[in-house]
Amino acid sequence: MSPDVIQAILLTVVTAATPLLIAAMGELVVERSGVLNLGVEGMMIIGAVTGFGAAQITGSPWAGVLAAIICGALFSLPFAVLTLSLATNQVATGLSLTLLGLGVAGMIGEQFVGLPGVRLEAVNVPFLVDIPLIGRLLFGQDPIFYLSIGLAVGVWWFIFRTRAGLTLRAVGDSHGSAHALGINVLRVRYLAVMFGGACAGLAGAHLSLVYIPQWVENMTAGRGWIALALVVFASWLPLRVVIGAYLFGAVTIAQFHAQAQGVAIPSQLLSALPYLATIVVLVLISSNRRMTMRNTPASLGKPFVPDR
Amino acid sequence: MKKLATSLLAAAAAVAITGAAQAADAKACFIYVGPIGDYGWSYQHHQGLLDVEKAFGDRVETAYLESVAEGADAERAIERFARSGCDIIFTTSFGYMDATNKVAARFPDVKFEHATGYKRESPNVATYNSKFYQGRYVQGQIAASVSETGVAGYIASFPIPEVVRGINSFILGAQSVNPDFSLKVVWVNTWFDPGKEADAAKALIDQGVDILTQHTDSTAPMQVAEERGIKAFGQASDMYAFGEQTQLTSIIDDWGPYYVERVQAVLDGTWESHDVWDGMAEGHVAMAPYWNMPYEVAAMAKKTATAITVGVLEPFTGPITKQDGTEWLAEGETADIGALLGMNFYVQGVDDQLPE
Amino acid sequence: MTRIELVRRPQHSALFSVLSPFIAVLITALIGGIMFAMLGKSPIGGLHAYFIEPLTEVWSIHELIIKATPLILIAVGLSVCFLSNNWNIGAEGQFIMGAIAGSVMPVLYPGITGPMVLPLMLVMGMAGGAAWATVPAFLKARFGTNEILSSLMLVYVAELFLDWLVRGPWRNPEGFNFPETRSFHADAILPEMLSASGRAHYGFVFAILAALIVWFMLSRTLKGYEIRVLGESPRAGRFAGFSAKRMVFFAFIVSGALAGLAGIIEVSGAIGQLRPAISPGYGFTAIIVAFLGRLNPLGIVAAGLILALSYLGGEAAQISLGVSDKVANVFQGVLLFSVLACDTLIRYRIRIVRPQPAAAPEPAR
Repeated sequence: MSPDVIQAILLTVVTAATPLLIAAMGELVVERSGVLNLGVEGMMIIGAVTGFGAAQITGSPWAGVLAAIICGALFSLPFAVLTLSLATNQVATGLSLTLLGLGVAGMIGEQFVGLPGVRLEAVNVPFLVDIPLIGRLLFGQDPIFYLSIGLAVGVWWFIFRTRAGLTLRAVGDSHGSAHALGINVLRVRYLAVMFGGACAGLAGAHLSLVYIPQWVENMTAGRGWIALALVVFASWLPLRVVIGAYLFGAVTIAQFHAQAQGVAIPSQLLSALPYLATIVVLVLISSNRRMTMRNTPASLGKPFVPDR
Repeated sequence: MKKLATSLLAAAAAVAITGAAQAADAKACFIYVGPIGDYGWSYQHHQGLLDVEKAFGDRVETAYLESVAEGADAERAIERFARSGCDIIFTTSFGYMDATNKVAARFPDVKFEHATGYKRESPNVATYNSKFYQGRYVQGQIAASVSETGVAGYIASFPIPEVVRGINSFILGAQSVNPDFSLKVVWVNTWFDPGKEADAAKALIDQGVDILTQHTDSTAPMQVAEERGIKAFGQASDMYAFGEQTQLTSIIDDWGPYYVERVQAVLDGTWESHDVWDGMAEGHVAMAPYWNMPYEVAAMAKKTATAITVGVLEPFTGPITKQDGTEWLAEGETADIGALLGMNFYVQGVDDQLPE
Repeated sequence: MTRIELVRRPQHSALFSVLSPFIAVLITALIGGIMFAMLGKSPIGGLHAYFIEPLTEVWSIHELIIKATPLILIAVGLSVCFLSNNWNIGAEGQFIMGAIAGSVMPVLYPGITGPMVLPLMLVMGMAGGAAWATVPAFLKARFGTNEILSSLMLVYVAELFLDWLVRGPWRNPEGFNFPETRSFHADAILPEMLSASGRAHYGFVFAILAALIVWFMLSRTLKGYEIRVLGESPRAGRFAGFSAKRMVFFAFIVSGALAGLAGIIEVSGAIGQLRPAISPGYGFTAIIVAFLGRLNPLGIVAAGLILALSYLGGEAAQISLGVSDKVANVFQGVLLFSVLACDTLIRYRIRIVRPQPAAAPEPAR
């Protein structure tokens, strides 16, 4: 295989992984604050439709990216109000958010069906992009890819190197103690949930502006669920989310190459591989129990009502 | 509060008015398996509904349900239509077959039209399908003429006879131009997942194909081809807008003429059960304009399409050898309809193992 | 800033336990009415289509029961899981595996008929669902693997396995190679209850029975106490001598068996054969049903019927009002949000806090 082909394949893997990475990174922050938001799929599709729509109306893909981020964050608010201010069950509310998101996005999107979208063009650094094997991988990708890498580094730095990150973890590990320390638990969680919404929105924009520049109903096709799985898979560590997303992307892409090569394995088995691989890796990781326990937010999914 | 009350009153009046307006001669109802926004299968059926509205205006009332899951939901949806005064109900997915027949048995006065199925258990059920494979043959010829690598990529949904027939017809068309032409097939196990279809398209291109064709519903592969600078064929509708430098042509599912004809039959009282498998000759399968290819290739494609339309060319005409090397059709022999309907083998030249 | 504050009630409010669903429906009606008006449709007509129309005809009530049956069966099982703090998100997969295991008899041995076939199918369906649920249970108990993820991943695997079966080895030999198994013979079909008026089958009886049994177990037996204790505090459970690991298996097997039963009931009662898609997401919707029913099996019966009503109402609105199915989804989402929000009133009083007129000095902590 020539270096060009290898690079092309790697690029495909990265593109497939980027929306998963972004949405998972957002959800990681949400879960670190002790909130489980199963509405990722719903917020992601809202990002996809509003991103597409804004880009279509203004003609600028960047307007689309911005709109997707804002609308993703706004759409997480009903979830936040219910689970945080009204202490409803997070699992049920998150699932309802996904239902609502798919419906709302479909309604907004009816006018955009069948329109070719505006593509967010790839960055091309002159000369550097022509380096064999890594040129396009490092210097010729779409801007959201670079954002995703920045996001990963930023989230890692924020969680482990800043005071605010410490606060976030404290809230996630024990909201009672955090409250006793004078931390406004609900405010931290509101911000975290909205950040998660913004990330899911951006992930959606990647789908409708880069991955496949068009709007079609249900175009997220379950990617929000995979993002959720990746967070657990990564045992709430940002670096592992990156690895997990690329691994998942690689297995997904590899099955198509195996088929195109004429490998005689039932395609259903190949399609199931990414999911089976996820389980296997997860089992391997979780056998190291102390490590997993240390990073699991202890208050995950439990509502918090400050006593007065 | 007063404002609300007025608007509610106005609304109640509106109900009364719409109630009075239902004086159509017939009601035609449609059930779609996907959203009409898929820009593929369900979208094209919905275009057929719009054709019915255009053709009959106020004489015919229409209604539809989209994204109806196959299984228990389908039977309920069909029954609901049957009870709500529909005179003819089009159920537009193979998976509605048993549900359609069950409901039809209970409502003998309502006509049922089931797309792509084979069961007609009561006299009020008809089945219809289109010979899309005819278009695939034309596509194969174009592919073999335009391709430089001699390899095309085929994004396939599920290994059902309909899809296998398309693959075989495509390779037969290609081989009629270039006997060494070969075809790589990738099964994505979905009718509709733009991301997955795009991934499969990229994988095929990276494996060296320079023509893409698809039997899935989204426009994603077309866009990938456009981005990578290779040529591709559209699916179900004209996808030119998604690949102006890319789309060679597209097979267009034109259900409109059939729907208009059948609704007319209901109005005239001449509706009868039948099994229809129409193609280019009846205008149910059409080719989108030929773009992005040399003039001679377009001329050849038109000639082939005409030959199929008038009936002098049938894609499945011998000699045809199966993939395993055994003879299927002898020189000059044509396939019988049963073999076509249940096709579950590849012909020679397909670089893939058919999933069993 | 004005904000909402919750004040915990000393005990659950009996008043709001009863009232909250009605308040929720009222809020939904208001929001839904505004939404219909904005779309240029009649609010009254819309709400009528949603809540009344499906209940005005006998056949429609049959359909309501058919739709509610799998939701109730699965959700009842899930309540055991969720109460014991086991997050089984994969009921959809267990539903599918139950349908597959239960279909072994009519698909592979169509020659065997008689009155024993159906009971055997139901038992095998339960076994299939339970077996599939044992996988995440085992991984959790043995390796500490997170069950949300493993059970969810197994849904996709089950879907693909079913797909492979009906397109390959289990394909109907007389079916022109279309992806479906042979139709079940008469002895393998779950009979209808009142076949004169509609097609509702005996599955609903199983759902009610399951709800009653699980309700009894949860509220009247030691096992129920064990489930609650381990769910609320594993530590306390250990002191009481309960095994958290055994509970993981128990909860998953119960909910897997009920999901599997729902699967084979749906296939045998409503569909009559296996096909690539047998569930429009029952396993996921049932999670919502479980919480709408407040994890109480009797509440779940009501919640399952309400959710089923909202599906039927959505269809009715599509036809009688010409709104798209997207509107139906949004409406359903609004309904769920209102119900969840109003249930808060049972446990808390809500106080709206106005901004302080002047910045009063904070008392020293």
